[in-house]
Amino acid sequence: MPAEVYLNVAVGGVLTGLVYGLMALGLSVIFGVVRVVNFAHGEMMTIAMYIAIVLFATFRIDPLIMLLPIAALLFGLGYVMQAGLINRFITRPEHSQFLLLVAVAIIMINVLLIIFGPDAQNVQTAYSYDSFQIGPLIVDAAKVYAAAAALVVTAALFAFFRYTHIGTAIRACADNYTGALVVGLDVKRLYALTFGLGSACVGAAGTMLLLIFDVTPAAGPAYTLLAFVIVITGGLGSMPGALLGGILIGLTEAMAGLMFSPSAKSMFAFGILVLVLLFRPQGIMGKRAA
Amino acid sequence: MMGGFLSRLVDGIPARGLILLGVLLVALIAAPLFAGSYLLTVLILILYFAYIGQAWNIMMGFAGQLSLGHALYVGLGAYTAAALYVHFGIGPWIGLLVAVPIAALAGAFIGFLAFRFRVGGVYFAILTIAVAEFARVGFDHLTWTKGSAGLFLPVAQYTHNDLWNLRGHPVMFYYILLTATVLALIGCRALLQSRMGYFWQAIREDEEAARSAGIDTFYYKMVAVVISAGMTSFAGVIYAFFYNNLFPEQVFHISRSIEIILGPIVGGVGTLFGPILGAFILTGLAETLSATLEGLGIDLPGAKQVFYGICLLLVIVALPDGVWPWLRKRIGLTERGS
Amino acid sequence: MSALLSVDTISKRFRGLVAVDRLTFEVPEGGIFAVIGPNGAGKTTLFNMIAGVFPPDNGTITFAGERIDGLTPDKICRRGIGRTFQIVRPFPALSVEDNVIVGALLHRHQVEAARAHAHEVLRRLDLYDKRDQRASSLTLPDRKRLEVARALATDPKLLLLDEVMAGLRPTETDRIVSILQELNRESGLTILLIEHVMRAVMALAERILVMHHGASIAEGPPEQVTRDPAVIHSYLGAEAV
Repeated sequence: MPAEVYLNVAVGGVLTGLVYGLMALGLSVIFGVVRVVNFAHGEMMTIAMYIAIVLFATFRIDPLIMLLPIAALLFGLGYVMQAGLINRFITRPEHSQFLLLVAVAIIMINVLLIIFGPDAQNVQTAYSYDSFQIGPLIVDAAKVYAAAAALVVTAALFAFFRYTHIGTAIRACADNYTGALVVGLDVKRLYALTFGLGSACVGAAGTMLLLIFDVTPAAGPAYTLLAFVIVITGGLGSMPGALLGGILIGLTEAMAGLMFSPSAKSMFAFGILVLVLLFRPQGIMGKRAA
Repeated sequence: MMGGFLSRLVDGIPARGLILLGVLLVALIAAPLFAGSYLLTVLILILYFAYIGQAWNIMMGFAGQLSLGHALYVGLGAYTAAALYVHFGIGPWIGLLVAVPIAALAGAFIGFLAFRFRVGGVYFAILTIAVAEFARVGFDHLTWTKGSAGLFLPVAQYTHNDLWNLRGHPVMFYYILLTATVLALIGCRALLQSRMGYFWQAIREDEEAARSAGIDTFYYKMVAVVISAGMTSFAGVIYAFFYNNLFPEQVFHISRSIEIILGPIVGGVGTLFGPILGAFILTGLAETLSATLEGLGIDLPGAKQVFYGICLLLVIVALPDGVWPWLRKRIGLTERGS
Repeated sequence: MSALLSVDTISKRFRGLVAVDRLTFEVPEGGIFAVIGPNGAGKTTLFNMIAGVFPPDNGTITFAGERIDGLTPDKICRRGIGRTFQIVRPFPALSVEDNVIVGALLHRHQVEAARAHAHEVLRRLDLYDKRDQRASSLTLPDRKRLEVARALATDPKLLLLDEVMAGLRPTETDRIVSILQELNRESGLTILLIEHVMRAVMALAERILVMHHGASIAEGPPEQVTRDPAVIHSYLGAEAV
C-alpha cells in the first residue's frame, strides 16, 4: 500500500480521536469531581445520537448546528440524574454505584430499542461525501468539521473551569470535598452541574460522531468501554489527558483497522490500556493520590 | 473426625437458619421430580448464577476487589474444555484439569498487573473489563476455536446420561450445578472463617491498615483472584457442555460479566447466602416479567429489560446493602460472620 | 540497655520541602520514648518511615540489629513493630473482636488461638464487653484503644503510637497512660510515641525528642527537655503562653 493511504487513515484516526476525546472528557470531568464512574456514559451518547437523528429527520437541521441544543438537553438529563439519583449514592461503595448506573444503562438501551428498533441509523448531510485534499492527503469533510467542533467545545470547557466562578468552585469540590462543605459551597448542586457538564460533552460528542458513524441502541456499552480506555490511558480525572488519550486511541484503532482487520481494532485499544497500566502506573498512581 | 468437621461446619448458624437451609436443600433436590422442562431450565439458570455469584463474591465480597470481567473466566473454562473435547476427544472432567489452571493463570496475570502497582478500585475494575474484551476479540479471530463462526459440540443425546462426558438430560446438569452450589457455599463459609478470610476482610475494609497489621496484601489478593477465577471456570465448562455451542461474542461479552455480578450485589455483597438469594430473585424476576408480558400480549423487544432495569434500580435505592442482610434481620437470623 | 531501634541521620523531602532533616536517635529496649514538636514538624513523616509507608531519602533505620529502612509495612510489622494511625483506621464493618483477631492471626495460624489472644488483649484495653459491636459504632476513645489493641495483638516488640491521646478527656488519657505503663512494666514492651498531650508525655516518657522543622532541637529526660530554652521558645512556650 502506498504511504499516502497510511497517512490518510492516520489523519482520519486522529480526527475521530478528537471526538472520542470529547466524549471521554465528559467521563473524566464527572469522575474527577463527583468520584463516580459513569457506567451509562456510552448509553447517554447514543441518546444524544438519536436526538440528533430525530431533529435531523424532522427539521433537517445540520448536526453542526444541533450540537448546542443537544448538549443543552443532555446537560439537563445529566443534572437530573445526579440531583435525583446519584447524589444519594456518592458515599456508597463502588459496586453499589456501579449497579445503579448499570440499571440506568439497561433502561436507556432498551427504551431506545423500543422507540427506534434495532437497525442502524445515520444522517446524510450535504457534505457527507465531501472531502478536502491537501497535497497527497485526502480527509473527509465530516471528520474535519466534527473534530473542529470537538476542539471548540473542549476549549470552551477549559475556559469555563479556568475563568468562571462556578468553574473554580467545582474545582474546589474536586480537590477537597470536606473543605468545600466547610466554606459553604452547595456541593450537591455543584455535583449536579458537573454531571450535567460531563453529559453535555457527551451530547456534543455524540452529535459530531453521528457524522462519522451509524448508531444502534446496542452501541452504548462499546462507547462506555471506549471512554474508559481513553481516560485511563490519558489519566482519569485529567482533562488534557482525556483529549490526548482520545487521539491516541483513535489513531490506534484506525491503523489497526487498516493493517489487520477492522473487527480486531478494539483489541488494540485494550492492548494499549494494558500496556499503560503495565508501564506507566506511576502516572496513574499520581492521579489516584490527587 | 467427620463429626468434628460437621460440627465446625454448622457452628454459629442459628437452628432456625439450619432448618430453613435444610428445607430449601430438600426442595431443590426433589424439584426435578415435579418440575416441567421449562421450570427445570429456569432452575438450572438460577443455580448457574448462584454458583458463579459465590465465586465472584470471594473476590469482591470477601477481599474487596471489584471484578467486572468475570465472563473471561467463564469463557476460558468453556473454550478450553470444549476445544479439548472437539479436537482430541478429551472428556470435560479431564478438560477441567486444564481449564481451571488456565483461568487461574489469567486471573493471576490480571492480579499481578494490578496489585503489583497497587492499582485498585475503579482502575482494577476497568482492567478486568479490558482483559475480558481483549479475549472476546481475540477469540473472534482464533481459528483453532473456529473464531466468530462459533465452536460446536456434538449435540447431546438424551437416551442415557453419560456423566463422564457430560452428555445427557438437563436433570443431570441440574444436579451437577446443585452439588457445585452447595459445595461452593460450604467452601465459601470455610474460607471466610479461616485465617485468610480474616485477612481478606481486613484488606477489603482498609488496605493500608491491613498492611500495617502485617498482612501481605499482594499475596492475599492474588489468592482471592486465583480461587475466584478457577472456581468460575468450572461453571464455564458446564456452560459449554450444556449449550453445546460457544460464540466469543456471547460468552465473553461484557453483558455476561454484568449478569454474573448483579445477583450477589442484589442479594448482598460479602454475605454467604446473598449470591444464592440474588440468583433466585433476578432469574425469577426475569422469567416472571417474560411470562407477564406474554400474558398481556405485549411483544415489544426491550420491554422486559426496561422493567428489569427499573426493578434493579428500585432494589439498589431501597436496600443498599442488598436483600439478604435486610431479610436476615426480618426473619430473625443474625448469623455471625456471614 | 541496648538500642532496640536506631535511627541514623535519616532525611525525607517532599517536592523540595524537607519534612525530616538528618534525624538521629536511639530507642533503648524496654524504654518509653516520646517525640514531640509543633504541627508540621515532621513527626508523622518520621513514623511513616519507621513503619515502612515510604523509605527515607538518606540514612538508615535499624531494628533489633537489622536494617529495616525500605521494607514494606507488612514486613516491618512481622519483624515486630506495631503501629497506630493518627487518624484512626479500624476495620469499620468488622466487629471489635474480629479487628483484634486480624492482628492476632499474624503470628497464630489457628483462628481459635487468635481469638483467645484477642480476648486477652481486649480485656487489657477495657474493650472486652464491646467485643461484638461493629468497630464503626464505637466512640472515638474506644476506637483509639481498639487501634492500640489491634497493634498489640500482633505481639510487637516496639509499639508506635501516633497521637493516641489527642481528643481524649483527661480521665481517658490517664487510663491509657496506666495501661501503657502496665504493658511496659509487665511485658517489657518498648514504646515510641508521638504526642501533643504533655500530661501524658510527662507521665510516660523516659526520654523525649523535640522536633522542629524536621530536625531535632533537643533530646533528653523530660525534666531536662522542658527546661531547654530552645524548646520553650519554639514549642512549649508557643502553646503554654
